[in-house]
Amino acid sequence: MADLKVRIAKRCAKEFNDGDFINLGIGLPTMVADYLPEDIMVTCHSENGFAGIDEIATAENLDVDIINSGGTYVTALPRAKFFDIAESFGLVRGGHVKATVLGAMEVAENGDLANWIVPGKKVAGMGGAMDLCAGCPEVIIVMLHTQKGAHKILKECSLPLTAEKCVSKIITEMGVMEVREDGIWVTELHPDFTWEEIQAATGCELHKDPNMKAMEEE
Amino acid sequence: MINKIMTADEAVAGVKDGMTIMVGGFLGTGSPEVLMDALVRKGVKHLTVIGNDGGLAPGQPAGEFGAKTARGIGKLLENHMVDHIIASHIGVNPMINEQVAEGTLRYTLVPQGTLAEKIRAAAYGLGGILTPTGVATPMETEVDELGRTKKVMEIEGKKYLFEMPLHADYSFIRASVADKFGNYYCSKTTKNFNYVMAGAAKKTIIAPEKIVEINEIDPDLFAVAGVLVDAIVEGEKKWQI
Repeated sequence: MADLKVRIAKRCAKEFNDGDFINLGIGLPTMVADYLPEDIMVTCHSENGFAGIDEIATAENLDVDIINSGGTYVTALPRAKFFDIAESFGLVRGGHVKATVLGAMEVAENGDLANWIVPGKKVAGMGGAMDLCAGCPEVIIVMLHTQKGAHKILKECSLPLTAEKCVSKIITEMGVMEVREDGIWVTELHPDFTWEEIQAATGCELHKDPNMKAMEEE
Repeated sequence: MINKIMTADEAVAGVKDGMTIMVGGFLGTGSPEVLMDALVRKGVKHLTVIGNDGGLAPGQPAGEFGAKTARGIGKLLENHMVDHIIASHIGVNPMINEQVAEGTLRYTLVPQGTLAEKIRAAAYGLGGILTPTGVATPMETEVDELGRTKKVMEIEGKKYLFEMPLHADYSFIRASVADKFGNYYCSKTTKNFNYVMAGAAKKTIIAPEKIVEINEIDPDLFAVAGVLVDAIVEGEKKWQI
C-alpha cells in the first residue's frame, strides 16, 4: 500500500513545470512535494497564509508563527511570501494557483468531485477545499483507484459535492486519466494492470486514448 | 486625547451573553489568548463565535509541539461558552463534535475563502459578495435560520453564489506589533483572519505581542489602520511551546 502511494506521488510530481505555483492537500498529496524534480522551481501554496512551504519544522528551526493549513509547524523558503486569508483565497479563486492536488472519496465522469463530507459521519468541514476546487485551473486527484474494491470513479457522485466539473486529471496506482468533455480517457496504464482490470475497477466507462502508454514512475 | 490602551478585562467588559464575536487565528496560531482568557474570567455564555475553526484542545497538535492549554476559541469551548460556531473547519478540536452530540452547540460551515470575504464585506460596506465557491454543493442548497437559500447568479455564463456580509458585536484580534494608536501588523502565518476582522464588528479589540510608540517604527510596515481599532490590550505573549 505504501509503495502504491509512493508510485502515485512520484507520477504526480511529473505534472509540474518550472515556475509553477501549486497547492498540495493533506496526506498522499503532501507526499508529492518529496518527488518534485530538483532542477525546477515549484512554489507550494499554504492556504492559511503563504506561498513557499519548505519542510516540516524541527525543534531546532521551529518558528511558532509558521504553520501549514493542517496546523503543523513548517519552515518557509527564502522566497516565501506571507499573506492573510483574503489574499490567499484571492490567489486561489483568481486562478493564480495553477493546480491543486487532492484526494477524493468520489469522482464522477464529468469531473464532479466529492471529498469533504459523508452524511451521518462525524463532520470536519470543507476548510479551503471548495475554494481550491472552484478556483484552481487544474484539479488533480491522487488516490488509490478503489476503496478496498468499491468504486470511487463513478458515473455520478452519490456524496455531496465539493465542486462540480472541476477534476482535470486522476492519478491512481493503475494509471493516469484525463477528464474531458466526453468522459474519462486513460492516457497511461500501469504495466501491473490490464485494460480489463482498470475498467473493472472503475464505475463508469473508460476511454482508451489513442496514444495511451505505460505509466512511468521514475 | 484618546487612550486606547487598557487591560484585557476592561476591553471585554461590554461583552454580554448571547453576543456574536469574531476571533482571529488558525488552529490556534495567531489567536488573541489574553482576550480569550479575559472572556473566560468574565464567564459570558451563549456566544455565537465566528472564526476559522475551534482552536485547539489541550495537547494539540499531537506530537512534541502540543500545547499545554487550549488555544483560541478552544478556551471558550472548553468552558461551554459557545452556542453557535461559524467556521470553515470543525474537525480538529474534538470539543466541537462532542458538544454538538450533547446538543449544546450548533455549527454553520462556510468555505474558508468565502468566510474571509463575508467578514471583509461587513468591514468594508459591501452588500455581499459573489463567489464561484460552493456552486452545486450543499452551500447552494442549504437553508439558513430565516428560511432563506442563497441566490445563484449567472454572469457571463458562469454561476456564482451570493453570500451575505457577516457582522459581529466584537472582533478579537491578535497582532504581532502595534503602535499606541492601533496601527498593526501580524507576523507570518499569524495574519490569517486578523486583518479582515478589523472593523467588521461594532468594536475591534487587538492584543499585540509588542506595543511601540507612535512613529517608533516605519509606519509603512503596518498592514491595518489604527482608525479601525477601539482598544489595545497589553499582555499577549509570543506562543511558548
